[in-house]
Amino acid sequence: MNRRVLVGMSGGVDSSVAAALLARAGHDVIGVSLQLYDHSRGGRATRCCSPEDFLDARRVAAAFGFPYYVLNQEELFSRRVLDYFVEEYRSGRTPNPCARCNADVKFTALARLAVELGAEVLATGHYARLEAAGPGGGRRLLRARDLRRDQSYFLFDVEEDLLERASFPLGALTKEEVRAEARAMGLACAAKPDSQDICFVEGSDYREFLAQRTAGLPAERSGAIVDRSGGVLGRHDGVSGFTVGQRRGAGVAAGRRLYVVEVDAPSGRVVMGERGDLLCGGLILSSVRLRAPAGGAASFDATVQVRYRHAGVPARIHMQEEGTARVELLEPVAGVSPGQAAVFYKGEEVLGGGWIARSLPAAVPPRALGAA
Amino acid sequence: MDHNATSPLREPARKALIEALTRYPGNPSSPHASGHEARVALEDARAAIATNLGVDAAEICFVSGGTEANNMAFYGATALRKRGHLIVSAVEHSSVMEPAGRLESQGWKVTRIPVDRQGRVDPDAVRKAVRSDTALISVMAANNETGVLQPIDQLGAVARRAKVPLHVDAAQLAGRLHFAPRELGISLASISSHKMGGPAGVGALYIEAGLQLAPLMLGGGQERRMRPGTEPVALTIGFAAAIGAGGWIETEILRDMMEAAVREKVPSVRINGGEAPRLPNTSSLLMPGVPSEPLVIRMDLRGYAISTGAACSSGAARPSHVLAAMGLSAEASRCTVRVSLGPSNTQEEVAGFARILSEVRTAAAGRA
Repeated sequence: MNRRVLVGMSGGVDSSVAAALLARAGHDVIGVSLQLYDHSRGGRATRCCSPEDFLDARRVAAAFGFPYYVLNQEELFSRRVLDYFVEEYRSGRTPNPCARCNADVKFTALARLAVELGAEVLATGHYARLEAAGPGGGRRLLRARDLRRDQSYFLFDVEEDLLERASFPLGALTKEEVRAEARAMGLACAAKPDSQDICFVEGSDYREFLAQRTAGLPAERSGAIVDRSGGVLGRHDGVSGFTVGQRRGAGVAAGRRLYVVEVDAPSGRVVMGERGDLLCGGLILSSVRLRAPAGGAASFDATVQVRYRHAGVPARIHMQEEGTARVELLEPVAGVSPGQAAVFYKGEEVLGGGWIARSLPAAVPPRALGAA
Repeated sequence: MDHNATSPLREPARKALIEALTRYPGNPSSPHASGHEARVALEDARAAIATNLGVDAAEICFVSGGTEANNMAFYGATALRKRGHLIVSAVEHSSVMEPAGRLESQGWKVTRIPVDRQGRVDPDAVRKAVRSDTALISVMAANNETGVLQPIDQLGAVARRAKVPLHVDAAQLAGRLHFAPRELGISLASISSHKMGGPAGVGALYIEAGLQLAPLMLGGGQERRMRPGTEPVALTIGFAAAIGAGGWIETEILRDMMEAAVREKVPSVRINGGEAPRLPNTSSLLMPGVPSEPLVIRMDLRGYAISTGAACSSGAARPSHVLAAMGLSAEASRCTVRVSLGPSNTQEEVAGFARILSEVRTAAAGRA
């Protein structure tokens, strides 16, 4: 029963408790942190991968007597997450670095190491659940029991065979239970604040990060800020500063509340509209990944979640060629940002998802909202 | 098997250190008996180290270790001028590379002398790089990643002829093998205690008599004003006990046994710098197709401590500028591990290492 388990550890309370629970259960645990960002070079204090975080993880490993290592994945992270992040903003989209990182960096790197170390299981502190799918094999990816913490949204794009070996020991616990467990076990990180925002961006303003990261690249094209009928409201220095749904920072005075409703990178136009104009009735998705339970149907119904902490709306998904899909939202959704992930759920199970390439306007924007 | 990171405390050093911690409670600068005893003990340690190196005790300045000694050499030798020129090799330790880089950003010119595929600096290239305003030439004695020895005697001759001080980072060499800065024409040499099996936290900078050097820190008269701060008497005594402890030449037999065993089991192995003169204890093993990070972890899980070529403070591997300078691709660098032996290693350990390595490597290659 005692298996070798590789545990991905960030130094935060969740992965620390996950590792400690597995060690306490008698498994042959190996703790691994990924160094995604080199803090010794810039002095910027971000919320993960710092020496302090690694120290917290080390302390858990020392207290529970299992080996611990730091694996360098800076190059992979830089290529697959940081470059992607910059490119998405410069293309007028709003990136989702956590989902990309899970799919392209964390699970890939840790699973490869697990194989090399002969670990049967790869565990992380994510809030999600996995269940055997039944006689046909495969595993179902489910929302966490603690719905306020559920992170299944960020896991939809992880390769199916990587999830085969995965384990999420916190999937059936609430955050409060995890913290209580951490206190009971005397973990130093028990009271550590939750990580929020994006791990490599200080504070909530990503623009400074973009400016640093793009210092060597050609400057972005400036462009016009226009209203829905094409009337020019102002100018901007580049589309990367805009996100659909954003209100402040657009630099236009219009006497009424305007929102960014569209960012068109090829033309450099940022379109402003009223709140009702944000409503969207459909999505075009690219790079769609369907998990086995979705079956091979050309069209199916699901609840679609268009961003983290979105409750989800009923929708019909029509698969199209080359991994694209058209999603009919059966209830309009406000503020859908291209670049985010749209994840399909049936009940609590993740059927799959895709990346939002385009949003389609709602057929009839309700007036009541537009006047708000 | 990671003695180039740090070598476990040698028994004579441990004994001397423990004894000194209680025997010399005084401050060597104090006027009373307790201070006097500490002063004499400190100076005896200095004299022992100086004797080992064939220099005068007055030329030995105690510092916290190799990194401080390297920084002191660079900032000390450049403090008297606003601008000038520096020569370093491309394979220096980061405690040489980074001070040189900082000075460069402040207006100094820096020439980085390339190495050949075996990791060796050409003394003639250094000779040609010297300018009228060259303030310092810095080339390490032995490389920490590959063990490759530089032609320090020839470089000393070049420096003497050019009348430029030669700084040698001897952290991996001094105290292990015969190292005589004066005979070699060296003006400054960095020495680390813990690489030879002394305590960490102490080291020395050899400063040739008459050389003008500015201190890094101000605040007291200790170490002839070159390095203020109360001297760690016990550490210097442990250091002095380690410098004469020997046992390093013998590691060559073990190292060669290990390399032969690895070659037999892993025929594709290449030894970086293997054709150059090397430290007797160091081996940089390139196994194509076997990434070093997981290999190091697997070896550790089996009880063998080895290292990737270069590591961050977190322990994660980082790309090696040394191997890159020797013409290795990033991929080859990722597949290189360093084995560095010490006097405490045994034949059984070395044989076991080669056996486990081939098991682990086969398993990794089979799964890949």
